[in-house]
Amino acid sequence: MPTAVDSPATAGLVVAGGNRMGAARARRDESLTGWAFAAPFALLFVLFLVVPAVYGLYLSFTGETLTGANGKLIGLANYSEALQDPDMWRSLGNTLWFTLLSTVPLVLLSLAFALLVNLGLPGRWLWRLSFFLPYLLASTVVVLFWSWMYNPKLGLINGVLAELGIAPVAWLQDPNVAMISVVVTTLWWTIGFNFLLYLAALQNIPEQQFEAAAIDGAGKWRQLFSIVVPQLAPTTALILTLQVLASLKVFDQIYMLTNGGPAGSTRSIVQYIYEAGFTGYRFGYSSAISYLFFAIIVLVSIAQYKLINRRSAP
Amino acid sequence: MSTYTLSRGIQRAGRTAYKQGHKPGENPWSLSRMVALLVLAFLAATWLVPFAWAVLTSLKSEADAGASTLSLSPPDGFGFDAYRKVLSAGELPLWAWNSLLTSAAITLVTVATSALAGYAFSRVAFRGRRWLYGAIIAAIIIPPQLLIVPLFRQMLAFDLVDTYWGIILPQAFAPAMVLILKRFFDQIPVELEDAARVDGAHRLRVFWSIVLPLSRPILAAVAIFVFIGAWNNFLWPFIVTTDADLMTLPVGLQTVKSAYGLQYAQNMASAILAALPLVVVFLFFQRQIIKGIATTGFGGQ
Repeated sequence: MPTAVDSPATAGLVVAGGNRMGAARARRDESLTGWAFAAPFALLFVLFLVVPAVYGLYLSFTGETLTGANGKLIGLANYSEALQDPDMWRSLGNTLWFTLLSTVPLVLLSLAFALLVNLGLPGRWLWRLSFFLPYLLASTVVVLFWSWMYNPKLGLINGVLAELGIAPVAWLQDPNVAMISVVVTTLWWTIGFNFLLYLAALQNIPEQQFEAAAIDGAGKWRQLFSIVVPQLAPTTALILTLQVLASLKVFDQIYMLTNGGPAGSTRSIVQYIYEAGFTGYRFGYSSAISYLFFAIIVLVSIAQYKLINRRSAP
Repeated sequence: MSTYTLSRGIQRAGRTAYKQGHKPGENPWSLSRMVALLVLAFLAATWLVPFAWAVLTSLKSEADAGASTLSLSPPDGFGFDAYRKVLSAGELPLWAWNSLLTSAAITLVTVATSALAGYAFSRVAFRGRRWLYGAIIAAIIIPPQLLIVPLFRQMLAFDLVDTYWGIILPQAFAPAMVLILKRFFDQIPVELEDAARVDGAHRLRVFWSIVLPLSRPILAAVAIFVFIGAWNNFLWPFIVTTDADLMTLPVGLQTVKSAYGLQYAQNMASAILAALPLVVVFLFFQRQIIKGIATTGFGGQ
């Protein structure tokens, strides 16, 4: 990555000291300056990211509990236990299922919303506000709204269903429905971000392309699939990457809406990590699952990177 | 909505309509456009329903909220009772204060340290620069959710559990923001700084009086994102605080939800009071927020 540091202008300045001694001193000063600028960030970065990451890795090889008892190294025991733990696999499966269920509509619907809003219909600020506003809410607020919407007896959704003569649904209590309900809430909450990314990308497509296509006789739908969708490919790649990583890390809304229930049918892997550590007090085991999950995230990231790079290569 | 934002919205809508160009001969009120408008209106209404219903519930009496579902004319009428109760009896104002204090501190520290580091990566040829930069890029992929256990142990060791610092410090840096700022600084012409440096100005001086003023829009965007993210963060404050007096708004609300149980009107009033500050922030800064998301592709959650 070319940076301004390598520009001839700055290089000239550094050597402007004249003799070689001066140049060496200038370089040393430059190093000191650089570190002085980077130090505050580097300090926090090392203390609260590097250290816990390394410490967590160490913990994952110990039998550490809340009180610090049994903190001896036990090798790979935590990892082999995790790999044989049906609850771990179930939480992992739930997480992957949630990621699939949420990512697809969060990409397609946000694109549809952006295309609609970009038609230039009146009231643009209102549409944008409606779709984006939920994104600003804290997860707790979102959950308060939606547990009320999903309330079996008093909730709006079952109320409307009753008006239509449809039997009430146990949105959060039925193991077959709970995950869908969680996905719907997530969709409502987070679509605004992807929507804005698409909207911005749409506005960057040069107008002349549409004019040229129209002259060639391409209709609106033809323009959509031949111009808009290909032009949006980099944005779609970005949204897909961010969305998959965000969905894999799901915790807040599920924890508060269903607490992982009913019968563990919505428990996410982050919730399982949390429970192993903070309600089961098994810090070592919790750390081991963290690292297994981190390995999955790294694999997914590499796979995405390869897929996207291959597609954008000529 | 202020007339200012309203008029801007209309201007923008007008500009887009122009940009989209109904070419001469294309009817702006064609059937297909009307259908699109109806679909859009329906979707937007759907998206606003949970807000509207929460507001409606919060204005009912507790008895009415717990009795009738869709009633738009509750026997006790509408009023601000639930808000009054939540504000006087609850700890909501205290939690809001905690949220404001910690989010502001997180924003301040993050923006300051990211800007300094971003500048160093962009402009200063220091030893170990590439190495540190690589580490930061690698760190973006590490989800903070996976570090809760070791971080909590660290907080115990530092004696920071149930303190403001315990909430603030682990959130007060953001590798992604360093990258965003570095990319922005890269685009500022070096010549602007060279003149000042030839005159003998120190790096810090150049940074402060030339680079920072040019970077105001991106600094605002970064600050808003960090603030929204910190204000809404749940998992870490939830783990590091047990003392109700130190809880942030999202964490406190979670305890309200369990404590009030069936008091729906008060639940909704708390939720709306908690949402209000960010809605106001958005109405004030919507241009920066939208531009920020559009140009950087990074947001809070």
